[in-house]
Formats: sequence, C-alpha cells, structure tokens
Amino acid sequence: MKRALFLIPLLLFIGLAGYLGFGLTRDARILPSTLIDKPAPDFDLPPLLPGGQGLKTADLGGQVSLVNVFASWCVPCRAEHPIWAKVTKDERLPIYGINWKDKRPQAQAWLEQLGNPYARVGFDPDNKAGIEWGVYGAPETYVVDRNGRVRFKYVGPVFEETLKNTILPLVRKLREES
Amino acid sequence: MIAELGHFALILALCVAVAQAILPLAGASRRDAGWMAAGSSAAVVQLLLIAAAFAALTHAFVTSDFSVKLVAENSHSLKPLIYKISGVWGNHEGSMLLWVLILALFGALIALFGGNLPPTLRARVLSVQAMIGAGFLAFILATSNPFARLFPPPADGNDLNPLLQDPGLAFHPPVLYAGYVGFSIAFSFAVAALIEGRVDAAWARWVRPWTLLAWSFLTAGIALGSWWAYYELGWGGFWYWDPVENASFMPWLVGTALLHSAVVVERRDALKSWTILLAILTFSLSLIGTFLVRSGVLTSVHAFATDPGRGVFILALLVIAIGGSLALYAWRAPQLKGGGLFAPLSREGALLLNNLILATAAATVFIGTLYPLVLEAAGGGKVSVGPPYYNATFVPLMAPLVAAMAVGPMLAWKRGDLSGALGRLKFAAATALAALAAASALTWGRPVLGAIAMGAAAWIAVGVFAELAGRIRLGDLPLGQSLARARGMPRSAWGMTLAHLGLAGIIAGAAGAALWSEEKIIAMRPGQTVDLAGYSLLFEGAESRNGPNYTSVHGVFAVSRNRTPVTKLEPEKRRYVVGGQETTEAAIRTTAAGDLYAVIGDAQKDGGYVVRIYYKPLVAWIWAGAAVMVLGGLMSLSDRRLRIGAPARRERDLAPDAAPAE
Repeated sequence: MKRALFLIPLLLFIGLAGYLGFGLTRDARILPSTLIDKPAPDFDLPPLLPGGQGLKTADLGGQVSLVNVFASWCVPCRAEHPIWAKVTKDERLPIYGINWKDKRPQAQAWLEQLGNPYARVGFDPDNKAGIEWGVYGAPETYVVDRNGRVRFKYVGPVFEETLKNTILPLVRKLREES
Repeated sequence: MIAELGHFALILALCVAVAQAILPLAGASRRDAGWMAAGSSAAVVQLLLIAAAFAALTHAFVTSDFSVKLVAENSHSLKPLIYKISGVWGNHEGSMLLWVLILALFGALIALFGGNLPPTLRARVLSVQAMIGAGFLAFILATSNPFARLFPPPADGNDLNPLLQDPGLAFHPPVLYAGYVGFSIAFSFAVAALIEGRVDAAWARWVRPWTLLAWSFLTAGIALGSWWAYYELGWGGFWYWDPVENASFMPWLVGTALLHSAVVVERRDALKSWTILLAILTFSLSLIGTFLVRSGVLTSVHAFATDPGRGVFILALLVIAIGGSLALYAWRAPQLKGGGLFAPLSREGALLLNNLILATAAATVFIGTLYPLVLEAAGGGKVSVGPPYYNATFVPLMAPLVAAMAVGPMLAWKRGDLSGALGRLKFAAATALAALAAASALTWGRPVLGAIAMGAAAWIAVGVFAELAGRIRLGDLPLGQSLARARGMPRSAWGMTLAHLGLAGIIAGAAGAALWSEEKIIAMRPGQTVDLAGYSLLFEGAESRNGPNYTSVHGVFAVSRNRTPVTKLEPEKRRYVVGGQETTEAAIRTTAAGDLYAVIGDAQKDGGYVVRIYYKPLVAWIWAGAAVMVLGGLMSLSDRRLRIGAPARRERDLAPDAAPAE
C-alpha cells in the first residue's frame, strides 16, 4: 500500500507525457462549436473606446465578418494582432472585437499601442457575451456570414497560414453565397 | 572555419559526455577508483569543449559573419557590440548552447570542489549530470545546430527583436539559466542518492549549498525579468502570468520548498523521500518550463507543429529524464529509512506546511500554464487563461503561507509551543493590525486586498524581527551581550532573516503597485498640463531623434509637486529601421513611496500626442525585496557549516546511527 503512494508522481507524469505526445500529433486547432451554422447568440456589449461603437447581435450580418475575442493580458493575442490590420486593409473584411475579461484602461492602452483594426469593439469584462459565445480562452476567432450565422470557429492565434488556407477561402465562398 | 571548429568541439563534447555518463557509474558499482576518477576529468574536459563551441559562436556574432545562418537571422552589423553578444543567446539554438554550457559548468564545479564527497556519490552525481548533458548535446547537434552555414551569405542580417535590445534583458537569460540549470545538481544528487539507497543529514548538507546557489540565481533572474517587463513593455505591469514567466516561477516555488525541506533532513533526518521528490520535481519543472517556452509550444503555434522532429526529440528527453527519475523514485524511495518523529506543531510541522502550500501553489500555476496545452491536446487551440485565474487560485493560497511564516521560526524542533510562539508575536500581530487599519484609512474605497497585504507584510517583517530579538535575547541581556550574540549568529540564520524580510517587501510592493496604481491616458499638446497623484506634469513638447539602429519620438515632461519642480521625464517611442518594430521607452521617476511612469505614443493629426501617465505606489519595493532575498540566499550560502570541511564528514558517520528508528 505504502509503495503505491510512491508510484503516484510517475503515473501523473506518464499522463502528462501522454497528453504532450498526443498534442504533438495534432495540428488541428479547429474546435467544433455548437454554434456552427446557427445564428450568432444574443448579446449586447457597451463600447470599449470612448466615442466608439459597442457590439450587439444586430451588428453582425449584412456582410461577411469576423469576430475576434481578445484581451490585453493575453500573450497569443499580441502575437496574432498585426494580422488583423492587414486583413482590414487587404480584404476589406470588417472585424468586430470582443474585449474579454479585461480592464478598460489596459485594453484601451493595448489598442493604442498596437493599433486598432476593429470596426467595433464590445467591452465584456465579466464574460457576459463570452458565455453566450462559448469562449474557452483568448484568442478566438469566428467567421459570421451575411445572414448573421456563425460558420466557423478558430481557437488560438491566427497566423498567415491559417488565414490564407482556411479563413480567407471560407470568406470568399460565403461572399459568393446568396 | 572557426564555426566548423565550434561544431567539431560540440561533437567531441557529446562523446566526452557519453563517456562521463557511463564510466563513473560503472566504476561506482564495481568500486573501481580509476573509473570513478575518470568522471571528474571528463567533467572538466566537457566544460572546456562546450566553452570553445560557445566562444566560436560568439566570435561569429561579434564579427558579423553572416555566412552563419543563425547570425544572419538574429544579428545586424549596425547593432551595438553588447547586443551582438547578447544575440548569441537571444534565439533558440544559441540559448540551448548557453544552457548546456551552464550545465557543464556546474558539473565541472562538482568535480573540482566536491573533494569532500564520498567517491561513489561524487561519481554517480557526475554521471547523472553527464546523462542530462549528453541528451541535450545530442538534441542541439541533431535538430538545432547553431553553426549551420548559409550560402550565399546575405549582405546584412535580420536584426535581433528590438524588445530584446535592452541592457536589462541582455543579461537576464544567463542569470535565469544559471538558476534553472543549477537545480540540475540537486536532481543529480537525488538520483545518485536513490541509486546508492542512502539519504542522510550529510547528503542534505551537500545538496543545500548547490540548491541555495541555484535558488539565488533564479530569484535574481526572475526579478530582472520582471523589472525589464516593467520598464520596457510600457504599461507598468510587473508580472503578467504569461507562460514564459510561469516557466521560471514554478521551479522557484518548488525549489523554495526544497530549500526548506532539506533543512529538516539535515537537522532532523526526517522528510527524506519527500525531499528527494522535490529535488526531482524542481529540475523537472525547469526542464518542462525551458522547453515549453523555448519550443514556442505555448506562445506561438508554429515551432512545434512545423518542426515535429524537434518536438518529438524534446518529449523523448523529458520522458527519459523525468520518467526515468520518477520510476527510480517509485522503486527505491520506499526503502529509505524514515527519520525523526515530530508533532504536527513543531518546526518540522511548520516547514512541512510551507512545503505543502508551495507545492500546491506550483500546481495551480502548472495547471494554469498547461491548461491551454491540454485543451489543445483535446482538439482545441492555443488559448491563455490569464490573470483572472491566478487571482482566484494563487493569491488566496498565499494567506496561510504568510500567516505561518512568522510563527514557524519561533517553534522548537520536534514539539513546539504554539501559545508561547504566538505570545512572542503579540507585537507583530498588533503592528499588522495597525498597518491594516492605516492602509485602509489611507486608501478608503479602493480594493481592501491592498490593505490586507500591507498587514501581511507588516506581520512578516515584525515577526522576523521578533524572532531575531528572541534569538539574541534583546532586552533580556545587556545590549552589548545581545549584539555579541547577533555577531555570533550563524550566517544561515541571518540568511533566513533577510530572505523572509525580502518577501515582506515583495508583498507590499506587489499589492501597492497592482491594487492602488493610478493612471491617465490622454491626448496632450505641448504646453498642456496633467495632474496625477499629487504630481503635475507639463508637456513641453516632442521631437524626432535618430539612434544607432532606430528613429524615435522623444517627449519631455516637466514634473512638479506643489509648484516645486521635481524632475524631467523624457519618454521615447522607438521604431527600429530594419525590422520596422516599435518599442516604448518609458520614463520613470522612482521613489520609495512610488514610481511616476510616463509613456509617449503616436503623434495625432492635430499636433497632439497620446500620453500615458501612471503612478505605481511602492512598486520599487518588489525589486528591493527580491534583492534582499538574494542577499539572504548568498548570506546563507557563506555559512561555515555549508563550506567544505571536517565537521560535515564527522557528522556523516554519526548520522545514520543517531537517527531513531521509525
């Protein structure tokens, strides 16, 4: 019985190593979401920036758009951030931001320092909209079609590769849909 | 040519490390003095070879030899010399080379200064140390060769990430690595002890100085990194709970637990298998941390995914090193003889409580850091749980630790007198309550946690002094005799006093800066004034300037308080020419009461600038506290008992018999 106790650290580590090994074999960062092909959830967030616009369900739709969940404390968000400026410029694709579990001054300073690519930024300090959207953590990115339905969810930072191979082709396809 | 010599030296170092891993271990089991002694010479040769390889890489960086791929990717001819040198370790391959260099350095130190160790223990320690070294040398040579050439060589390099071009960060990695890697010694000692099947007070006495040394380096490294983040990232935060920081913080927490539990092994011959486990875990966390971060698996998606070879190699090394040592632990640790018994309310009991809390704290940080990875393994992507998680888990755990910290040193070994200890802490409790009340009154309406933290800091600080006063019997004996007792106090006791005092400073500083800070973010035009925390800042204007490899916007603020001029603050925003990246150079005025912190942003169309001004109360106490903590570690390290000498040997012979049976 006492010996079994000494096995615990080893067993825990084997579990961890298994997880890490499994992680190595996976490259899919696409998380199935119960929201896929359903209308975007009901939410209504106040604006983050003074004089800016907030974000609510009715703002989505009309045209294909991206919704990006970010926070100033989130390092991967910082890593993916430059790509959004490029997307708004090159693709004329509106990106709506949900500033998640953040503090207002820090989030404002973050956008001021790194640039603000978002057409609208909703401020969600207490995870109100986050729960509706089923946010796991920051960053997350959603593609919403012109009927306001969520078509795609991506968890983790978006880089060139994912943008070119997955998101932009989908956006083009959705634009062609009537 | 020099790069090829460096590559060759690295290959030779791998061969030497393999020999060093096998010969002394075999020698120790065959009691062959010659084979065991071979380990010591091999350790020194291995160090010389890796140092030669490191020198070759440094030469390529200093002379801007862009035919070496690593130099072309991470350096630039216009860069100042200090950043050419720090560029050597500002990338994956070079930092791995620095890592094995420090590992070999510690191995050689054992070989050179381990003369008082029993030959079999020393041989086994050196052998385990060489196994780690051989694994990582093979990793470097197989997947991360720093000497790879590039043909044709480019005209100039890509430059180092400008955020890293900073004196604070240039020397942060070597200090941090000395801490990380230094724990390899405790690991090697633990594995060697498991092989020998013997852990006693003398073992703890040999491990402690190495652990103290590594711990002091790691403390200094973490503090340097936090200080850098504070002044360079431009938003006045000092701790972000990001994976890179957590990777160094987890070994620190468990290493701190190890320092305390090794005391129990040394004094009371108890908690042996727990101490061995902590020694293994501390270095394992260093390994996991270094590689999760270095491989980029947590912060950027690509490193692991696009180079699965590297990832698989790293994982295999982790499995062999950690899995192997834990398997050995599961097999051999149950046979370690238990030592002295103790009541729950005793010095041992308090140290055990400290250990459990620190280990739990490390586990919460571990889960917070690894959760995103686990999520990814389950099919998700990379996410970050961030400060909200840590505020809810880590911070509450610190309360019992702080409460017990002042009491523990007052308790006697074996069976302590809690009411007596609390009686001696009456004054500390009163001061803590007074500090809490004063802080609440001063900061009414702001987070009450801040006032509680001030109370906690006062509790620890006054508790430390109460313990010191009791030790030197201040007020009990004439002052001269008390001072004589203070002079005669062991250095390790002074070390504890300082380290605990340092923590009080860190708690006060962190709480003040995190909970009471004030800030203003506004657009200002030259001639305008902004008021914050009693200071008045007049924006005199901004101009463009040129640096060696950047251009900058340079702003000037005249700071006054009650109409008396105080200082000038000159923040900068730099744009690096080669890569186009931007960095902020905050201007900071530091006082003991708090820092005034100014950052200038982009020019606006109307001639104004976006300006951020922060007031961070007590923030300097964080780093002052950390410095005092490191000083405590070094003070303890200089204790006579921990130095090489005869008393240790005499006690070793006595210890096994002196220990009562369980």
